[in-house]
Amino acid sequence: MSVQTTDFAASEIRSPAGFVANRVFIYGALIFWAFICLFPIYWTITTSFKTAVDVTQGHLIPFVDFNPDWKGWRSLGLSPDSIFRTSTVRDEFIKRFMNSVITSVGASSLAIVIGSLAAYGLTRYRYKFAWFRNEDISFFFLSQLILPPVVLALPFLVLYREVGLLDTRIGLILLYTLMVLPIVIWIMRDQFNSIPVELEEAALVDGLSIWGAFLRIVMPIALPGMVAAFILAMVLCWNEYFFAALLTSTDAKTIPVMVASQTGSQGINWWSMAALATAAITPLAVIGIALERYLIMGMTAGAVK
Amino acid sequence: MTDLASTGSAGHRASCERARRVADRTLADQTLSTSEWPAGAVPSDLIPRSRKRLGWALMAAATLGLLAVIALQILYKSDVDAIGFETWRPVVYAYVLWGVALGIGQVLTRGEDGQRALFLLPALLFTIAMVIFPTLFGFYIALTDWNLSSFSGRQFNGLDNFWQMLNDAYYRNALFNMVLYVLAVFVEYVIAFGLALLLNAQIRARKFFRVVFLMPLMLSPVAVSWMIGKSLMEYRFGPAATLARHLGWENPAFFSNPITARISIMVLDAWTFIPFMMIMLLAGLQAMSREVLEAARVDGATAWQTFWQVTFPLMLPVSVTAVILRIIFKLKLADIIITVTSGGPGGATDSVSSFIYREYRDRSNVGYGTMLAMAYLIIIIVFVTWLLKFASRFVRNVN
Repeated sequence: MSVQTTDFAASEIRSPAGFVANRVFIYGALIFWAFICLFPIYWTITTSFKTAVDVTQGHLIPFVDFNPDWKGWRSLGLSPDSIFRTSTVRDEFIKRFMNSVITSVGASSLAIVIGSLAAYGLTRYRYKFAWFRNEDISFFFLSQLILPPVVLALPFLVLYREVGLLDTRIGLILLYTLMVLPIVIWIMRDQFNSIPVELEEAALVDGLSIWGAFLRIVMPIALPGMVAAFILAMVLCWNEYFFAALLTSTDAKTIPVMVASQTGSQGINWWSMAALATAAITPLAVIGIALERYLIMGMTAGAVK
Repeated sequence: MTDLASTGSAGHRASCERARRVADRTLADQTLSTSEWPAGAVPSDLIPRSRKRLGWALMAAATLGLLAVIALQILYKSDVDAIGFETWRPVVYAYVLWGVALGIGQVLTRGEDGQRALFLLPALLFTIAMVIFPTLFGFYIALTDWNLSSFSGRQFNGLDNFWQMLNDAYYRNALFNMVLYVLAVFVEYVIAFGLALLLNAQIRARKFFRVVFLMPLMLSPVAVSWMIGKSLMEYRFGPAATLARHLGWENPAFFSNPITARISIMVLDAWTFIPFMMIMLLAGLQAMSREVLEAARVDGATAWQTFWQVTFPLMLPVSVTAVILRIIFKLKLADIIITVTSGGPGGATDSVSSFIYREYRDRSNVGYGTMLAMAYLIIIIVFVTWLLKFASRFVRNVN
C-alpha cells in the first residue's frame, strides 16, 4: 500500500467550485463510512459503562447523557473495586479467554507449519501421487475452502465422542487447523513463488540439503508472509463460533460461545453483555491496528498478479 | 504411495525420470538435478539395498500395526473379544505413528525424493484424515434415523431422510434464503468498490481510514451481532430504531417482518465482510498502471468514462476473485443468524447452516441433519464448480 494514487475523481475537475464539491463529497463519504464502522464499537464500549436506566433510555454520550458506572465490568469481576476480590464470573471468563487464546494460537501455528511445508513443496518440486499431479494436489487443498462447517460438524461430533476429543482444546485445534489450512497454503504459495529459485541453487551448491536450504535460506525470507498468514488464521480461529458451539460444553468453551450464551432468566444484562463483548473484541482490535500491514498482505496474496 | 514424486525402485527408471526432469526445463528441477547431491541425501539409485529393505520393512510393519489396532478395536467394540480400548483414541495415535513411519520410510527408500515428499506428506495425511473419513462417515450417518435423544440407537433407514428432505418446506425456504443472501453479495461488491475508490483517491489520513474501514472484519461476528443486532437495533431503545423513527419509519422492528428481518441480517453480514472485498479491490486499484489512466485523460475522457472504459474492465479479474471468495464465505453464513434471530420469524431468515444447527441442537436429529448437510454440500460443489467455469470464461471474453 504505497502513496501512489489514481485520483480518477479529481482528474477532470477544472473549476475551483467543482474541486471543492469533489473534496466535500469524498471526505463526506469517508467520514460517513468511518462512522458506520466505528459507531457499533463505540456503542459496545459505552454500554459496558451504563446502568439499566441509561441503556433503556438510549443515552449515548458519557458524562453528558449519563454518568459512567463500573456496573458491567463489576459483574465480570474486572472493575477496579472488584479486581482483587474472588469472582467466579472472572474465573470463568479467564478460563474461556485462555481457551480461545490456546486454540487459536495452537491451530494457527500448526496450520502455518504444515501449510508452509506443503506450499513450499508444491511450488518447488513436481509430485506425482497416483494420477494426481501438483495442480490436482493444490486444488485438493484449496477446495477445502468451500467445505461448509455444517457438513463436517455432525460427523465430527460423533467421531470426537468415539475418540474422546469432544469438549477438548486439542479437538478444536485440529478442526480449526483444517479450517485455515487452505488459506495458509494459498498465501504461502504466493510467498514462495516470489522468492527466486537461485537462492536455493546457491545453498545447494554450498552443500546444504534441501531441508537445510528451506530452513536456513527460504524460511527467513518468507517470514513476513508467514506472519501475515498466521494473523489471518488467528482472526478466523478467534472469531469461530459454529464448531465451538457444537463441540464444546464445559471445558473447552471459547469466548464467542460464552458471549452467545448470555441470556439469563431475567432478560439480558446489557451492561455485562457489553463488557464481555468489549473484552472479546479488544485483542483482535489491537492486533488489527498494530499489524494492519500484515493483514492486508495476507488478504491480497494471490489476488493481484 | 510408492510413486509420490518420481518413482525410484529400479535404477533405470530413476535415470529416465531424471532425464525427463531435465527436459522439463523447470527451474527448480534443473537446479536439483545439476547441483551436487548433499551428503546424507543420496539419489535413489545410489541407496544401498539394505537401507531400502529397512525402509520397506518399517513401512510394512507400521501399516500392519495400524491395521491390527483398527481390527482389534472393531472386534472389541462389537463384543467379539475382550481386549481393546475404551475409546478409539489409540487408533488416532496409531495413525500418527503410521504417518511418521511412512515419512521415515520414504527417506530411507527413496533418498532425495523421499525428502521432498516429506514437505507434502504432513498436510496431505492431515487433510485426508480430517476430511475424507468424516465426509464418508457423514454419508453413512445421513442414511440412518439417528436421534441422540432416542434410546434405540441408530438404525439404517435407507433413503427415508432423503424423501423427508424433499418434502421439507423449511429446508427449501433455507435454500431460497441462501440464494437471496448470495445475491446480496453484489450490493456489497458495489459498496466495497466505492470504498476502494475513495481510499485510492488523493486523500489525507489514508492509513487512518484504512484501519477504521478494516475494523469490522476483525471483530467477532457473535459479539458484534449481539451488540448491533440485539442492542443497537433493539425495538424500544436501540439508537438505530430511534434514528429510524426520526426518519419516519413508525414501527422500526428490524426482525419481526420476514423481509426486513432478511435485510437486517444481510446488512449485519455486509458490515462484517465488506472490508474483505474492499481490501482486495484496493490492492487491484493500486496495482493498475498509471500510464493507462494518464492516456485516458490525455484523450479527454471524463472521470465517468475513464471508470467504465478503463478502470472497471481492468479491475474485472480482481473483482471476480473477490466476489467468488466472498460468495464462498457467504455460503457458510451461520453465526449471525444463530445469535440474532435463531432463524426467526418463522424460519424466514434461516440459512442452511443455521437451520441444520437447530435441527441438531433442538431436536438432536443427527441422521436427518446430516442428510441435509450432505445435500447442501453437493449443491455447493455443483454451484461453485459452475461459478468457477463461468467466471473463467467471462474474464477471458472481456480481456
